[in-house]
Amino acid sequence: MKLHEYQAKRIMRRYGVRTPRGEVASASDEAGEIAARLGCPVAVKAQVHVGGRGKAGGIAVAATPDEADLAASRILGMDIKGLTVTRVLVEEAVKAAREYYAGITIDRARRSIVVMASREGGVDIEEVAARAPEKIARVWVSPRAGFQPWEARSLALAAGFERRAVGAAGAFIASLFRLFVQEDAALAEVNPLMLSEDGQVIAADAKITIDDNALMRHPEYRALSEEDSDDELEREAHRRGLTYVKLDGDVGVIGNGAGLVMATLDAISAEDGRAANFLDIGGGARADVVRNALELILMDNRVKAILINVFGGITRCDEVASGLLAAAGSVGVRVPMVVRLAGTREEDGRALLRKTQVATAEGMADAARQAVALASGGVK
Amino acid sequence: MGIFVGDETRLVVQAITGREGRFHAGRMREYGTRVVAGVTPGRGGADVDGVPVFDQVAEAVRKTGANASCVFVPAAAAADAAAEALAAGIEIVVCITEGIPTLDVMNLLDDANARGWKGRVIGPNCPGLVTCGKALVGIMPGRIFTPGPVGLVSRSGTLTYEVVNLLTARGIGQSTCVGVGGDPIIGTNFVRCLAEFESDPDTRAVVLIGEIGGRDEEDAAAFIRDSMTKPVIAFVSGRTAPPGKRMGHAGAIVSGSMGTAESKVEAFHEAGVPVADSIAEITDLVAQALGWR
Repeated sequence: MKLHEYQAKRIMRRYGVRTPRGEVASASDEAGEIAARLGCPVAVKAQVHVGGRGKAGGIAVAATPDEADLAASRILGMDIKGLTVTRVLVEEAVKAAREYYAGITIDRARRSIVVMASREGGVDIEEVAARAPEKIARVWVSPRAGFQPWEARSLALAAGFERRAVGAAGAFIASLFRLFVQEDAALAEVNPLMLSEDGQVIAADAKITIDDNALMRHPEYRALSEEDSDDELEREAHRRGLTYVKLDGDVGVIGNGAGLVMATLDAISAEDGRAANFLDIGGGARADVVRNALELILMDNRVKAILINVFGGITRCDEVASGLLAAAGSVGVRVPMVVRLAGTREEDGRALLRKTQVATAEGMADAARQAVALASGGVK
Repeated sequence: MGIFVGDETRLVVQAITGREGRFHAGRMREYGTRVVAGVTPGRGGADVDGVPVFDQVAEAVRKTGANASCVFVPAAAAADAAAEALAAGIEIVVCITEGIPTLDVMNLLDDANARGWKGRVIGPNCPGLVTCGKALVGIMPGRIFTPGPVGLVSRSGTLTYEVVNLLTARGIGQSTCVGVGGDPIIGTNFVRCLAEFESDPDTRAVVLIGEIGGRDEEDAAAFIRDSMTKPVIAFVSGRTAPPGKRMGHAGAIVSGSMGTAESKVEAFHEAGVPVADSIAEITDLVAQALGWR
């Protein structure tokens, strides 16, 4: 789960990582009041879960509280890559002498945490990694071993940080590592990590992603995720306990197993269609889960046809079919539906569906072809 | 032969007294797996459908000669349960549990390394594995498999069943099918499985089912190019997934330029590995690799 910058900075401060002073606002007059409290100049920054907000006009510097109010009224409600800005962070504008990079993430291949630092801050770090990998200093650390300030200083030196920044940067990165482990992060990144003119090291921007699997031991983030999901359908899916991702097409998809659902999306695309979503009902799904999923898909007005793709392993296809029919009967399906059942008792399952209006399909490609045709108004 | 499990497997089921553990222990026995023990702390002395239950894995090993384990313990305690099995000398620990915190898995593998535990972890968040006609460890549906010359390794569960079902329908049997798991950090990766298949006399060709996220597929491609003589057929799921969205599996996410399907498909092509464009095409490519037409 991704945190917003203002949330990430709040957590960083708890670990002794220095950030600019700031507060979050959801109305422009509020932004003006915060600016007056903090003292100007301030930066007004859109809080959305996408990169490139600066280029999109989502960041402004204000010299007076009135300017902050004005900037906030422009940024709030703005659309950045399909997401509406509902909050801005207003914080003191800090003058940078240098901009560095510090980041901590999981190295899957090495099964380890990797701590990274670079002199090239403030730019896209992936671009640096591709163009000049030697400009990113890296060290691999196990969570139990910990990462001490002296180790972080040697990383900062290896990255070529200015000598006067090394002491503070070492403490900064060691604190960030402590945060990473204790909060079960998957990413903790500061870009730019700012060296101010008076020699302080400050997190000018902040990105934290929390490991979803670890939310069970961090209930405070669960609350945040409900309040902050960017999309209404995704919020609803979350409330219903469904694994759902909104996509931009018109074919609603329900399947069991992440790999199978992904392959289903690919099959739809191969038929020149576009899936409206990813929805995995998991293994051994019962009738109530199927119904729950179907209801959610039907809330999506963009959906013009539904494709249900289930492989019955332990689950029996005839059970899935009767579950589906029961669900469809009670929910009221307003769009055509194609059901593809394979595996255990698939014949029985298909036989049950043949008595109804529901279209059945033999293979995945066939199912995708039918669903795409139905979504575009064609006949099957 | 087959890999990792077979005739010699003597299985202990961890959390056998739970709903999932008990159900799947029964399924595994139906398949012919020798389930010799169960473990649930505090329930030692009980039995579940005739299988003796012990308080700890070490005792199960001492009294029953168990050498493999299947973990159904809930996420909060699963990594700890797997560590207990490794410490008891279990050789293959198959962790079915989904949703274990990434750092817990990292600590588990780190401890195993530091303490010199010899056993191998498969998973977590995996469907397990089956050496056809010999032993099934995990939650895969036994009836879809049929013994034969094709090894299969995959990051996904139902997608594996789908492919196995098609292979079986085509008359192409399998040696061992391994689900390595959908999490970012897993105990056994593609490369390890490919190396085992390469030296397994019962395997003549391998199907690799990858997906977006990470670089396990890229590493596998390099390994195939440098170290394998047997043919490998690849499939990559999630080609149309948008970046930054976790597609169900914790490990299936494209971040920036990392983990894209294009990069994986390209790596396989460069290694001379045929990549199936659709599920249906996999069986054709396998038949070709086996010289069946």
